[in-house]
Amino acid sequence: MIGGHDLGGKHGLGPINPEPESKEPLFHAEWERRIFALTLATGMLGQWNIDESRHARERQHPVDYLKQSYYENWLVGLEKLLDEKHLLERAENQQENLRIPDAVGAEKILASGGPTLMQDKAPARFGIGAKVMAAKRQGSGHTRVPAYAQGASGEIVDHYGTHVFPDANARGDRRGEHLYSVRFDGESLWGNESQGQSVFIDLWEPYLEAAAI
Amino acid sequence: MPHDHDHTEPPSDLELRVKALESLLLEKGLVNPDALNAIIETYEHKVGPKNGAHVVAKAWSDPDFKQALLTDATSAVVDLGYIGRQGEHLTVVENTPSVHNLVVCTLCSCYPWTLLGLPPIWYKSAPYRARAVSEPRSVLAEFGSELPESTGIQVWDSTSEMRYLVLPMQPAGTEDWGEARLQALVSRNSMIGVELAKPASTLAQRDAES
Repeated sequence: MIGGHDLGGKHGLGPINPEPESKEPLFHAEWERRIFALTLATGMLGQWNIDESRHARERQHPVDYLKQSYYENWLVGLEKLLDEKHLLERAENQQENLRIPDAVGAEKILASGGPTLMQDKAPARFGIGAKVMAAKRQGSGHTRVPAYAQGASGEIVDHYGTHVFPDANARGDRRGEHLYSVRFDGESLWGNESQGQSVFIDLWEPYLEAAAI
Repeated sequence: MPHDHDHTEPPSDLELRVKALESLLLEKGLVNPDALNAIIETYEHKVGPKNGAHVVAKAWSDPDFKQALLTDATSAVVDLGYIGRQGEHLTVVENTPSVHNLVVCTLCSCYPWTLLGLPPIWYKSAPYRARAVSEPRSVLAEFGSELPESTGIQVWDSTSEMRYLVLPMQPAGTEDWGEARLQALVSRNSMIGVELAKPASTLAQRDAES
């Protein structure tokens, strides 16, 4: 989906106004600290994956997504997932044994992470140096090909192996596709003003077509 | 826990909403309060940019490690104990006089947590996510960083679970410095690529003042 979250190249959003690194708090309010911890802790219940979680935040009116602060979007995402997965009702009825991590369990999960590298099931379609085009994708589901790259041509510079494919994973279907690092000239993305600049984007094989040379 | 908010102000809607959600999740037994504390403790006190600074300073002072880091960063940093959530797969990109690297996540906020901790608010902001890919020089200028016209800029948009860390150029005059001293020159922002590493004089100044 090309939602409010898909921000690369958008104009009119103003200055960044970064806080100085030395004076910056990790959280700017107590509720941010709480929603951060709640989001991670509920994620550890294994009822949804990271792509479903991202998609839950993305599925909002673009105006809301942009107006809300970062952690407010996390709150919206978590409320949505709890609702859609009926987690509170399920906990109430105690129909299943949910494993709730304690402190040690949570630390273990944070330390081991969630690697996405999978076994290759098919040979890679593209080699290093191949010219490719990022396809136009109009679907409303979750995807990780940014709108600004769609239709642009670039070159494969690295092959990261087979990784969990977000578009399918966001629907609960954990399967892998080849993942590449693709270099796009600034010029091909933005026009002549961007000489001497390139953008590297990680793109899965289904996003790519062989480019006409 | 620090109480930095003003108690005379009524709580915001967001505060109330999050409180209600937390109470509900605790009441249904879906989260363990000790786990919540452990998660916060991890990112407030254990995992942060000092990890990344350690990796960069080691790369500056140990050519074999630098080679390993640029070849397979995931394995190279695992050997230092840096592995975990949002750092499962890692690529390190090296700044040189002819190439400068900058990291962004235009679609959300992907960031190498294991080496830099949680991202700063500006990294997650709409203006940074919009502009880093299309006008990196004006973004760098906002951070006070200017590069020669001849330096090419490579922007890394973190669209997959691969995480990117910038290896900044080692400041001039620090060639014989030890790893511990070098770490003090590695800012978090230099490892995202919006700034350069601090010049050697920063420390010389500090030494003179102390």
